[in-house]
Amino acid sequence: MTAATPWKLESQRGYFGKALVDLGKRDPDVVVVGADTTESIKTIDFGKAFPERLFQLGIAEPNMVSVAAGLAAAGKTVFASTYSVFGSAHTYNIIRQNVAYTNLPVKIFCSHAGLSVGPDGATHQMNEDIGLMRGIPRMTVLVPADGPETAKCVDAAAEIAGPVYCRFSRTNVPTITSLDDGFEVGRARVMRDGSDVTLVGCGLMVARCLEAAEALRAQGVSARVVNLSTVKPFDVSTIDKAARETGAIVTAEEHSVVHGIGAAVASCVAQNTFVPLAMVGVQDVFGESGEADELLRKYGLTAEKISEAARRVIARK
Amino acid sequence: MGEISEETIANLKKQATILRRHVLRMTHNVQSGHPGGSLSCADIVTALYFHILRVDPQHPRSPDRDRFVMSKGHACPVWYAALAERGFFPVDELLTFRKIDSRLQGHPELGTTPGIENAAGAEGQGLSFSVGLALAARLDHAPWRVYCLMGDGEQDVGQTWEAAMAAAKYGLDNLTAIIDRNGIQQEGRTEDVMPLEPLAEKWEAFNWHVLNIDGHDFRQILSAIEEAQRTKGRPTVIIARTVKGKGVSFMENKIKYHGAATSDEELRQALAELEVRL
Repeated sequence: MTAATPWKLESQRGYFGKALVDLGKRDPDVVVVGADTTESIKTIDFGKAFPERLFQLGIAEPNMVSVAAGLAAAGKTVFASTYSVFGSAHTYNIIRQNVAYTNLPVKIFCSHAGLSVGPDGATHQMNEDIGLMRGIPRMTVLVPADGPETAKCVDAAAEIAGPVYCRFSRTNVPTITSLDDGFEVGRARVMRDGSDVTLVGCGLMVARCLEAAEALRAQGVSARVVNLSTVKPFDVSTIDKAARETGAIVTAEEHSVVHGIGAAVASCVAQNTFVPLAMVGVQDVFGESGEADELLRKYGLTAEKISEAARRVIARK
Repeated sequence: MGEISEETIANLKKQATILRRHVLRMTHNVQSGHPGGSLSCADIVTALYFHILRVDPQHPRSPDRDRFVMSKGHACPVWYAALAERGFFPVDELLTFRKIDSRLQGHPELGTTPGIENAAGAEGQGLSFSVGLALAARLDHAPWRVYCLMGDGEQDVGQTWEAAMAAAKYGLDNLTAIIDRNGIQQEGRTEDVMPLEPLAEKWEAFNWHVLNIDGHDFRQILSAIEEAQRTKGRPTVIIARTVKGKGVSFMENKIKYHGAATSDEELRQALAELEVRL
């Protein structure tokens, strides 16, 4: 984010780790499995509070996910956490067979999603996990916009009887919601009302959508901003309503446009209220090393690109 | 093993023959499925379901039941047959195996079939799943045990060894793994496809308690499982030497019957061979 934005930058992992400890205090059946990233992803805090309920399984993510499934089959609510590239891609068929097909309460919470992983480069920048996970039957897919929403995703996931995938960022992100705000799985939240175009974002791109809406306002354009923190189940009614009322949509995601939220929103719009749509996201390419902000700029994930796309879709009305 | 009577052994042998006949009929009925690997583990599955496991067909989800996990999911015909014969669901239902709208899927599904404890089909996930179950039992100070049946082909899978390390790390003495060492996988002899030997030494190196037995000798099967139950501080793996297609002369050690059902004439001959043992 640019220095001019009004929001505090905070760690989603920090909120995640704290929420997990709080949940663990309330529910003795919550357990956590890790894969040699527990300190980085902050599940180590859960392990300090409840040493017997954190299982360190080493660099063996397929085993971690199946162990999580076994724990869940015996009545535990299991959080399996690591970096998103390892937790979603290296484990895909394990999640499919052992977690989703079995419909077990395994909550796969992954940090280090998207380009903003930064200097570690393309091997660690997971831009395909939303697509992978939303394609699996029975999977709930969450993308919290900031720290407070990440905490709420922990609580919400624990209440869901089946599998959940949740992805968030390594980098600190603008805190644009508060812990007091409502949060409901399956419900997109209108962060700002508007009538000329709707900007649908997820994750750290929601803040950029809000920035873009402010810039558009200065140009006389009224932009609605929708925070699509639940990608699946997809909130058809909020998107449908936005399409009907604003007549144009821009999606913004730190993810490939091939099968992320842009594709999900386009599918909804094409089948319901057909309106012009543009996608801001990773254009079917791999990332590279660099600082998070440099990467987001280079790959076009900025408020400016969202504003440009908004003007283009409005012109196509 | 003096306490195991001749009568018990005779009953188990008869029960295994009944399961084998079900396997042959089920796979013949739909001309698909995996008879060879079901026949090879029929004696192991019989020993578990008719002597070892504390399970209650009237309460299939009872929290303190022992868990049997079949990692080699393609051998589910013999699992379904055992569950039906134990009364988890009607024996008549066995012939719906692999058919549309059936509870008896081509590979096991969790939640639809009474008594089924895991989904399997993609190989190599069952031991990890069993580690999770065993960790939960330990966490709850629960008395139930976990038995995981693996194929030897699954020893190719990297995840099997990830699970082996994890089970040893946590000293899971409530977990017993059994390898159906029939020596054959889909495309040939295990030692040709991907050599496994020395297999026992591999498991020993992974800090497991290793037992080698004849997987068709009920006294050896029961004795090994009881030794596993007595073994403290580490998990036990029983490497059970078996014969693929065991019990039907023309199917034994034939790669073809990994994934091929019998013809009408073959079925008649196979059932006749087995009938004399009933």
